[in-house]
Amino acid sequence: MEEINALIGGFGVAFSPFNLMLMFVGVILGIIIGVLPGLGGANGVAILLPLTFSMAQQPGGTTSAIILLSCIYWGALFGGAITSVLFNIPGEPWSVATTFDGHPLAQKGRAGAALTAAFTSSFVGALIAVIMITFLSPVVAGFALKFGPPEFFAVYLLTFCAFVGMSGGNAAKTVASMMIGFALAAVGLDSVTGTLRLTFGFTSLLKGFDFLIAVIGLFGIGEILETLEEGLAFKGASAKINMKVVLETWKELPKYWATSLRSSAVGCFMGIVPGGATPASFMSYGLARRLSPDGKDFGSGKVEGVVAPETAAHAAGTSALLPMITLGVPGSPTAAVLLGGLLIWGLQPGPLLFVEKPDFVWGLIASMYLGNIAGLIVVLTCVPLFAAILRIPFSIIAPVIIVICAIGAYTVHNSMFDVYLMVIFGVIGYAFKKLGYPLAPMVLALVLGDRAEENFRNAIKGSQGDLGVFFSNGLVGGLTGVALFLLFWPLIRTLLARLKGNRAG
Amino acid sequence: MENGTDRSAASTRAVEIGVAAVILLFGLVVVVDSYRLGARWGDDGPQPGYFPLYVGLLICISSVTVLVRALRSSALAEESFVSREELKKILTVLVPTVVYVSLIAYLGFYLASTLYIAYFMWQLGKYSWTKTVPVAVGVSVAFFLIFETWFQVPLPKGPLEAALGLN
Repeated sequence: MEEINALIGGFGVAFSPFNLMLMFVGVILGIIIGVLPGLGGANGVAILLPLTFSMAQQPGGTTSAIILLSCIYWGALFGGAITSVLFNIPGEPWSVATTFDGHPLAQKGRAGAALTAAFTSSFVGALIAVIMITFLSPVVAGFALKFGPPEFFAVYLLTFCAFVGMSGGNAAKTVASMMIGFALAAVGLDSVTGTLRLTFGFTSLLKGFDFLIAVIGLFGIGEILETLEEGLAFKGASAKINMKVVLETWKELPKYWATSLRSSAVGCFMGIVPGGATPASFMSYGLARRLSPDGKDFGSGKVEGVVAPETAAHAAGTSALLPMITLGVPGSPTAAVLLGGLLIWGLQPGPLLFVEKPDFVWGLIASMYLGNIAGLIVVLTCVPLFAAILRIPFSIIAPVIIVICAIGAYTVHNSMFDVYLMVIFGVIGYAFKKLGYPLAPMVLALVLGDRAEENFRNAIKGSQGDLGVFFSNGLVGGLTGVALFLLFWPLIRTLLARLKGNRAG
Repeated sequence: MENGTDRSAASTRAVEIGVAAVILLFGLVVVVDSYRLGARWGDDGPQPGYFPLYVGLLICISSVTVLVRALRSSALAEESFVSREELKKILTVLVPTVVYVSLIAYLGFYLASTLYIAYFMWQLGKYSWTKTVPVAVGVSVAFFLIFETWFQVPLPKGPLEAALGLN
């Protein structure tokens, strides 16, 4: 089959000594980032992105650079589980469900088993998702080659409406957050008409707001400020993983194969929908609790209670890369940063990427397999090391993290203005998080805003101002229709509930 | 986490209203600027203000929704957004950070970072001089080696580096 050939070619690209070294470095960095507060996946990738600029200039360099960044992504995914199990602090939003049974297991002295179960399940979930990506992405990409501006805009519309309709938070706040992102994206020079928008005479705003600065500020500084409320100490269970525990847990895991498969399916499906990793992990935990014979014991420290959310979360986190590679639509803030990286390096994510740069795409997909394996190896062997990092007193580690964030913000454009902006975004991030304004839509809108607008303009230019172009054919109409349905879903759901309530009451 | 004795610095309702009002202001700014740019159909396509206008309108509508809801909710007035203790903790980090960031332009990155880390260790961690200085200086030197030498990424420098001839 074509895909296998292409994949083998990809492995050839990924297997160079330099790239292999980058994989391990990336995974280790990623785990450290995942373990530390204020340096989550999105933020960590954002900070390290400018360092890849010089790498990306060399031939084959963009492949190496994306391998490094995506391995950092894996590492962060794994790292989030470490803090969930040992410290009851979810490293990422989708690690929350892992704390339900993971931390009780650690408290019972079975931290090693919990961590092994978590890491292995993550590996399985991600592996299944990568296999799905291997076979599905050429199909989707081929399909998407027929997309024109209306179709692309409809896909973006679907992404954003899905956030509003399915995020479960306050719809008005989600819209506000998202629109703020679009407005910020519009600031600066308008490439089509050459006019300056929303700059009000400030030359420093000419280039507009860079999403990297927003990410570092919102997710980095903002999260540190939020962590401060909890106090300045991390207390957690100790972790020792030795081969005996690993092998024992591995013997236990195949019992849960049904849970694994079901969770992977949930994860793969929801990962493609933006913002899906978190609901995927919760849904998978809930399903497992209902369907498992040990269900009622969940919450007291059952290994199965760790397997379910971790498999789903990693399957979702990985499959979120599918729409990113094939359509240019990121499903999560971290994927958005990766997408931004591709754009900065001069690549056009989307269906054309498969046609024009197959080496890059298949090298990336191959590195997903390898990075996953590398991640599992590193994480099983080095957990005590990573856990020890969190024992560094907060008064030392907090300023160091902030210094790293400042460096990250500065190196994007060599501009001090960006560092000031980072602090401002940090305060905004803290306030928004506490008030329940979701940050992910803002970041996505900031990254995608220009392209969404460009496609919108091209679409209605082509139709001479007729908005009906978005319903002009089955595909576009379908996408727009689903988008609008998802947008109004909360309203529909409340209406349905009220109707049912009237009938029952 | 709220103590019974920990007084609130601001109620959630007050902050909700404040933030929603600021967002509304932002939305109005976007709408006004969009009108300035022209938000109608131009010669060969939408004018530059077309898209931002609707974005701005949506910002206004959604922030007004939040504002109204907050004004009408008495429950939120009871809820504390941040207690005095928590606010103090946040300010103890935020204020030095703002100072640090402002100093980078004058003192150069490495000197400012050293002072920043040292301040944290000394003031908040209560470490003695003998522990604070080596760690703070050590971290900055490490950063210097990592970023200047290895990654070849220049960071802003100030009078100290000029004096040492490290520009």
